[in-house]
Amino acid sequence: MITLEIDGKKVEVDSGSTVMDAASKLGIHVPHFCYHKKLSIAANCRMCLVEVEKAPKPLPACATPATQDMKVHTRSEQAKSAQKGVMEFLLINHPLDCPICDQGGECQLQDLAVGYGGSGSRFEESKRMVGTKELGPLVSAAEMSRCIHCTRCVRFGQEVAGIMELGMVGRGEHSEIMSFVGSTVESELSGNMIDVCPVGALTSKPFRYAARTWELARRKTVSPHDALGSNLIAQLKGDSVIRVVPNENAEINECWISDRDRFSYEGLNSLDRLTEPMIKIDGSWEEVDWAVALDHIKEKFSTLNADPNRIGALSAPQATTEELYLFQKFIRELGSENVDYRLRQADCSNTGANALPWLGMSIGDVEKLDSILVIGSNIRKEQPLLAHRIRKAVNQNSASLALINPMRTDTLLTSAQEFTVSPSRVPIFMQQIVKAVSVQLGVEIPAAINHINVEPDAQKVADMLVVGKNKLILIGALSRHHPDRSKIEKISHILGDLVDAKIGLLSDGPNSLGAEATKNIPARSGLTAREMTANALDVYFLLHAEMGEDSCDPDVAIDALKSAKLVVAMSAFKDEVSNYATVMLPISPFSETSGTFINMEGKRQQFGPVAPAKGQSRPAWRLIAALGKLFGFGGFEYESIEKVREALRSVYDDLDANLRKKIDINEMPDALRPIEGIERFADVPMYSVDAVVRRAPALQSTKEAIRDYLWLGSDLSKELGAVNGDVVRVEQDGKHIELPAQIDVSLAGSVVRVPMTSNASKVIGGIGGPVQITKVASFEANV
Amino acid sequence: MSQTRMLSAEAYDAIDKEVAKYPPNRKQSAVMAALAIAQNELGWLSESAVEDVASYLEMRAIAVWEVATFYGMYNLKKPGRYKLSICTNLPCALQGANKTVDQLKALLGIDFNETDLDGLLTLKEAECMGACGDAPVVIINDREMRGKIGVEDVEKLLEELKAR
Amino acid sequence: MITSNPPFSQDSYGPEAVIMKGVNGVNWQLAEYEKRGGYQALRKILSDEYSPGDVIAEVKKSALRGRGGAGFPTGLKWSFMPKGDGQKYIVCNSDEGEPGTFKDRDLLRYNPHIVIEGMAIAAYAIGASVGYNYIHGEIWEVYERFEEALEEARSAGYLGDKLLGSDFSFDLFAHHGFGAYICGEETALLESIEGKKGQPRFKPPFPASYGLYGCPTTINNTETFAAVPSLILGGGDAYLALGKPNNGGTKIFSVSGDVQNPGNYEVRLGTPFSKLLEMAGGVREGNRLKAVIPGGSSMPVLPANIMMSTDMDYDSIAEAGSMLGSGAVIIMDETRCMVRCLLRLSYFYHEESCGQCTPCREGTGWLYRLVKRIHSGLGEEGDIDKLLSLSDNIGGRTICALGDAAALPVKSFIEHFRPEFEYLVTHKESQIESK
Ligand SMILES: Cc1cc2nc3c(=O)[nH]c(=O)nc-3n(C[C@H](O)[C@H](O)[C@H](O)COP(=O)(O)O)c2cc1C
Ligand code: SF4
Ligand code: FES
Repeated sequence: MITLEIDGKKVEVDSGSTVMDAASKLGIHVPHFCYHKKLSIAANCRMCLVEVEKAPKPLPACATPATQDMKVHTRSEQAKSAQKGVMEFLLINHPLDCPICDQGGECQLQDLAVGYGGSGSRFEESKRMVGTKELGPLVSAAEMSRCIHCTRCVRFGQEVAGIMELGMVGRGEHSEIMSFVGSTVESELSGNMIDVCPVGALTSKPFRYAARTWELARRKTVSPHDALGSNLIAQLKGDSVIRVVPNENAEINECWISDRDRFSYEGLNSLDRLTEPMIKIDGSWEEVDWAVALDHIKEKFSTLNADPNRIGALSAPQATTEELYLFQKFIRELGSENVDYRLRQADCSNTGANALPWLGMSIGDVEKLDSILVIGSNIRKEQPLLAHRIRKAVNQNSASLALINPMRTDTLLTSAQEFTVSPSRVPIFMQQIVKAVSVQLGVEIPAAINHINVEPDAQKVADMLVVGKNKLILIGALSRHHPDRSKIEKISHILGDLVDAKIGLLSDGPNSLGAEATKNIPARSGLTAREMTANALDVYFLLHAEMGEDSCDPDVAIDALKSAKLVVAMSAFKDEVSNYATVMLPISPFSETSGTFINMEGKRQQFGPVAPAKGQSRPAWRLIAALGKLFGFGGFEYESIEKVREALRSVYDDLDANLRKKIDINEMPDALRPIEGIERFADVPMYSVDAVVRRAPALQSTKEAIRDYLWLGSDLSKELGAVNGDVVRVEQDGKHIELPAQIDVSLAGSVVRVPMTSNASKVIGGIGGPVQITKVASFEANV
Repeated sequence: MSQTRMLSAEAYDAIDKEVAKYPPNRKQSAVMAALAIAQNELGWLSESAVEDVASYLEMRAIAVWEVATFYGMYNLKKPGRYKLSICTNLPCALQGANKTVDQLKALLGIDFNETDLDGLLTLKEAECMGACGDAPVVIINDREMRGKIGVEDVEKLLEELKAR
Repeated sequence: MITSNPPFSQDSYGPEAVIMKGVNGVNWQLAEYEKRGGYQALRKILSDEYSPGDVIAEVKKSALRGRGGAGFPTGLKWSFMPKGDGQKYIVCNSDEGEPGTFKDRDLLRYNPHIVIEGMAIAAYAIGASVGYNYIHGEIWEVYERFEEALEEARSAGYLGDKLLGSDFSFDLFAHHGFGAYICGEETALLESIEGKKGQPRFKPPFPASYGLYGCPTTINNTETFAAVPSLILGGGDAYLALGKPNNGGTKIFSVSGDVQNPGNYEVRLGTPFSKLLEMAGGVREGNRLKAVIPGGSSMPVLPANIMMSTDMDYDSIAEAGSMLGSGAVIIMDETRCMVRCLLRLSYFYHEESCGQCTPCREGTGWLYRLVKRIHSGLGEEGDIDKLLSLSDNIGGRTICALGDAAALPVKSFIEHFRPEFEYLVTHKESQIESK
């Protein structure tokens, strides 16, 4: 420990701390621009110059190590004159266009200039002009004359996003922040550059000029897109969310959020919002009052007198825990056990234990891991900030990282070993790892896999897993959606037991754990989501679910829904569900209701509404409670969300107990035979995971959102004689579609990528399986 | 990643030799040399040349671009057959560099950073070359230094370059 | 091929030359260097008489001070290096770009082996196994010659594995710059070797604890290394005696500007300026001396009268109000307009600022524009004081000393020649040039 004195106050700090750290500890604010607690120290802005006794000149607080008995003055004449001098220099070339700047009102330069700037300028020369830079649909760099060269954005890219997309190009006064000629920023974390930029140089493109910052109301909420549960601040003008920024939470998202969390709010304001209850009468939709809509359901229900076993209920993991609890309760009161949230899960069979979809540890502890094996996850796109923690584990803790995926996913870590394995080969590949590990540890090889060969790649993974202490096997969405999901999970658990690794299961949406806790899964006799849609039932209830997008087999699901007699869609959006629903009930998206999400580490995060309900829409929990009462069921008298939460208490106790339960799996599945020919790899692209993000225009105009192609590796493209843009016919399960080809060298050899949520998926179905491809037209002929 | 390489095999050999000067995993250290080699062969550094060097050294293109734009001797525009850089810093100026410059500009009909109509020569103003004892000093195409180029030597120098 | 400068006589560098003794412009190769006694010092320390500590002690005794600019005691700098194993580097700063300085170029082209030998000895002293010599990009032919010299040294066993049969291994490589003055600053130079923009690092940590690739590193100027072999051979005391206390040895001064014979002259530290001026043939065309920048353009200018009574060593020049710096002596005679001279220097610092830190990036441009305004007759009352005040806002507030280097000339030119500036502001034309 070091003791020093700042502005006459004594403070103790760890050795290795800087004067800035010590000042922060005392609550003394030292003005600064380039310093950012999560970035490396650059000491280039010089705004934080302070006086240090015995030093001949002022020193930058951000970079000067604190030493024993040091005496620092942050507000002395010397310090203030240095700070004022720096401020004068910063302003000479700054346009001072605060009245039209998006950053106005929340600009660090503006704030400090008031305190440190002179009144008039001594600078009479003409100001430097810096040209607009085009960085893509999310980040605006239209006003680069405002840049103060603090390089925070560059350091953010190098150090946090893990990819250097911006640089400071040129020298001296001619230095400019830019991307390489013609490149846009494509990091999934790029929006954070807007936050780290202390001035209005990098701003949000969708937000530009939408409002002055002081007109905005600010409300806390939680991300509805992934299982990390980033804390957000939604900013509103009038009744609409028009910007989202991070709400710092050291344990979850630190001070970052993904672009998906930042820019998806546009979807909330979509014209496609369902704002009135609607019923379909003689093939056309009519807006009705709530009472009419509910009565219609009740009436239809009694005339149908449906067999409870022919009632299906599909909830989405975007629903709040409160909604999910009431939803299953209502369905079970109807006498049906057919309730499931696992819409994209092709294989819902039990793994033989209660394996909950959670991380198996806290998010922060990921940084401390020694080795990580990822099975089936494009981790950066699936859980962007978990990927950031993994990068920290590798870069700061020298963790080893291996991935098994149908394509190279570019973790931005040169030390990562990535094995591209076609989806159907994953289980056998993992069995090879189990065998190799067993041999290495000298334990008995499970009989079912005794005869299999261990490939060198599997051996490499085994070598990594047998050393080190803190290990994690992370099973991602690609595995969760895999037709052999239960086998992959079982083998993972066996492997985890062998090498003493934790198992992490990543699942869809922000609230899979909430859905599990509230039993939005069928008990023994009930049907799974896939079974409910494989053959038509009579009645469906949908909660936040868009089955043409969210189902693992969309074409089949839509057929089933279309032939049902009553389909009640509780949805915030209309277009998609109007294809198959018979009643549409407008419910609030997460932003307009109170709720709770349970994130991947089992943490419950409550939130309130940030915006008023649009039109006639209502929180789903209220609606379901009303339905329950209308149907005459007891126990639906919830006048407030608090009452629902009381009912959830025991649910949470059970969940907490279950998370801690040891999972025992010892039965090794028989060795599996992979698909011989070409097979399909069907991921869910980052910007189509849920109804809200699918309706966010800026995100939809990024390269990441492109999905109507057939991607194939270089070997397959050669075999087929196909080049980019050629039309290729792909056939799956007897259904086919023609798609333009795109060559992607990162794909495993015999794999074609046709993503979910694409038009193709609605025609040829989803998940994986064998496909046939033929080239039907070449690019030239096409144009 | 660019798939076709832009430089000759000899150029990549030369880059490999530079890479070998540095510890393994420190390929980036050779970026200045690699860019100089590329410039010597291509005359200038186009964006594709920068990308080529980036992929060869496994760097981000923007990181190479930062380097290419920081150091004054890289040509980011195509120069004439010869790039003539002349130092006008104080010691050279005291020895008459400005008169040499005026003569060059007059004979070629161009200003600094311009190329004459024949595409023969691009004139560049340079900073101290560490050869002030030989002032005025010029450098031809980055590699060939000439000292004591007074006004009276300009015509001869241009003749010589034309004749090459 | 090195086209400039023909061969010259053996005592062109002056009769007191030690480093350049016997050098005639063509005898740079290994065999000739060995004939001049080359590599004897390396042999001496490796034949077990010297521990690394002994070498450092000898250098400390000699009062050898860094020839690159700051004049920091070399032995002390070497002693900052951590002891023990672990990768360490030795780096030679041949990025000679300080206006007026051209001695390292001569060293590398006419006497490269003395630098190699000096570096090998230094590497032995600090425990480095690898070294780099960073050579100014503008002197490409010299870079190529140095590569040749390295090859010669390698084949003769002066570089590589187990030098001269000892346990000490050392290899040395050349790295060229490509036109950035700032890379002469030692941490910018390290960044540049790492393949980045040459932007100086904040210190601390200093290179001795965090240098090249994050490893402990010693950086010295070319001439500093070149001084080492003779220092070791003759002993620290003898080397000290060549100069004066705290200013050991000889120094190569690069004399440029308004003199009859611009060139490099190696003299003992403490030699009167007047004698040096005489060696360079005196002021050109018999003109009167007006001003001298005694240590490279970044150092304060001094008027003739002060210079003529000053000796050429670190302490005397400091006492006179400037610094010895890199030993570049820029002579200006009575025909020179000091505002014009300052204008060119201010342009230089503005052009060469790396752009990293605010006061230098923004301030050097402002200084230049203000001097330009005054020089072109558009200056206003108050501009001169504004120049001084801006200089104060730059100096001492930047990451590296380029900020000071830009501020010092402005302050010293105004301090010593203020009437010329004032004349321009009031009369809108130069007091000197209008004559
Ligand atoms: C802007 C700037 C430019 C410099 N240029 C040089 C140079 O060209 N050569 C040099 O040896 N030192 C130069 N230096 C000084 C070096 O930073 C460093 O102090 C020197 O190389 C140390 O060597 P020495 O102790 O042997 O003098 C420069 C310093 C600054 C701030
Ligand atoms: S003082 Fe100038 S050259 Fe030095 S770091 Fe700052 S901007 Fe760069
Ligand atoms: S915050 Fe310390 S120099 Fe910028």
